[in-house]
Amino acid sequence: MLFKDLRKGLAVTIGYLFRRPVTVQYPTEKLIPPERSRWRHYLGVFPEGKIRCIDCGLCERVCPPKVIKIIPEIREDGTKASGEYEIDLGRCMYCGFCVEVCPELAILMSSDNYEFSEYNRDRLIYQKEALLQSGSLSGGNDE
Amino acid sequence: MSIESREMLINMGPQHPSTHGVLRIILKLNGEKIAASEPDVGYLHRGFEKLAENMLYHQFIPYTDRLDYIASMNNNQSYVIAVEKLLGIEAPPRAQAIRVIMSELGRISSHLVWLATHALDIGAMTVFLYCFRERETIIDLFEETSGNRLNYNYSRIGGVAFDLPEGFKDNLRKFLDIFPEKLGEYHRLLTKNRIWMSRTKGVGILTREQAINWGVSGPVLRGSGVKWDIRKAFPYDGYENYDFDIPTDDACDVYGRYLVRMEEMRQSRRILQQALKHLPDGKVILEDSPYVSPSKEKIMTENFSLMKHMVLTIKGMHTPIATLYSATENPKGELGFYIVADGSGKPYKLKIRAPSFINISAMPTMLRGNYLADVIAVIGSLDFVFGESDR
Repeated sequence: MLFKDLRKGLAVTIGYLFRRPVTVQYPTEKLIPPERSRWRHYLGVFPEGKIRCIDCGLCERVCPPKVIKIIPEIREDGTKASGEYEIDLGRCMYCGFCVEVCPELAILMSSDNYEFSEYNRDRLIYQKEALLQSGSLSGGNDE
Repeated sequence: MSIESREMLINMGPQHPSTHGVLRIILKLNGEKIAASEPDVGYLHRGFEKLAENMLYHQFIPYTDRLDYIASMNNNQSYVIAVEKLLGIEAPPRAQAIRVIMSELGRISSHLVWLATHALDIGAMTVFLYCFRERETIIDLFEETSGNRLNYNYSRIGGVAFDLPEGFKDNLRKFLDIFPEKLGEYHRLLTKNRIWMSRTKGVGILTREQAINWGVSGPVLRGSGVKWDIRKAFPYDGYENYDFDIPTDDACDVYGRYLVRMEEMRQSRRILQQALKHLPDGKVILEDSPYVSPSKEKIMTENFSLMKHMVLTIKGMHTPIATLYSATENPKGELGFYIVADGSGKPYKLKIRAPSFINISAMPTMLRGNYLADVIAVIGSLDFVFGESDR
């Protein structure tokens, strides 16, 4: 038969003409990410509203690209309290080491909050106030 | 009247859709035939080897994801095996089996990307779309296991980060059931296709002797008829318990390498089926090892565990003073890590033997005497990734 080799390939492609497409139309349809997905960070709080972070600095030390900055607040009696906390999400590599090493469950990564792109890199530097919100919230530095 | 002929020098790249990244090839052409060629790499250099000297052993794991970013799981595994050998520890059996499952899935997904782009470069666009559809299934499996879609950061020194999620086995079994049918589709589209055969047969010849002399590895070596696979020669992570064949082809051309990789996907499926059947129970990461952090429950409840965790995270572990080379079989070839440890928490020197870099160096031999249009076919058949070659 003429062009038998090419017909064999065409039979495959023509078969697909009559099947449903597998593409997900992203902005209108959204897939639900799995539980373990590592997306935007947020800080954990106790039910009464107190921040869990004790400023031990383990996340700051383990972070491979060094994007976490912690400035502890020293109280009058010399004890440490949670001061400034800053993450530069524009440089973060989403390895999840900060969540893994935290001994207080104080820093967590949300599994579904993945839409936080910005036009300006400065807006990806998240301060403590923005990190306390676990829902979607854009930008730390509003200018 | 005589026509004057002279050699012409052209730059292919650094930006070229078919070079899979940023590769510049300086081609010396005689008419349309290639007289000489020189690949120029290094555009994606990020200094990983130097970075490794300045960070603790476990901190480098996410950077290995960025070597061969098509097969991140395999790089993770390769690096942690090197460090485990240095420390003289071994992961628990379940962790080893999980790593085998992940690396074989990574091999299939890497070969699917290779087939997709290789066929697209030569002009068969349909295959590209079909391959990415199957790759998506594998990436979904990786995502539910590790939490990320491309840079997984899943292996740990002494095991893996998490156990397999619920439903993973069923999803994997479903994929393994449909995969042979899809593989058959690719074969029907390409293997006997006359355009595909005339573009690939007899192109980019690398003889057995040349392949060994250049030190190429992986499917490129096996496509030249050398039966060599590190999984068989120096088994790691329990590969000696799995039954699989090493596909080779004596054609030594682009078509031969194509057949080898297609067969490798089938063999990977065989390994996956065996791994699923005999998946052991137990821990997924070593406990009570001086080099591994305790579990989160222990850290939050026991004072001693917290201290150990703090020391391991901040200072790192005390390694033996030793030098060591350890290699694994990656989809691209032999990925090796040469570690010089000085006893501190950071490596004194970490050298990465990148298979892509060494496979590229054999390219001038393969290109000589071929036509300009065949450069694309040869690049596709070498299947290199520049994250790894330039590191």
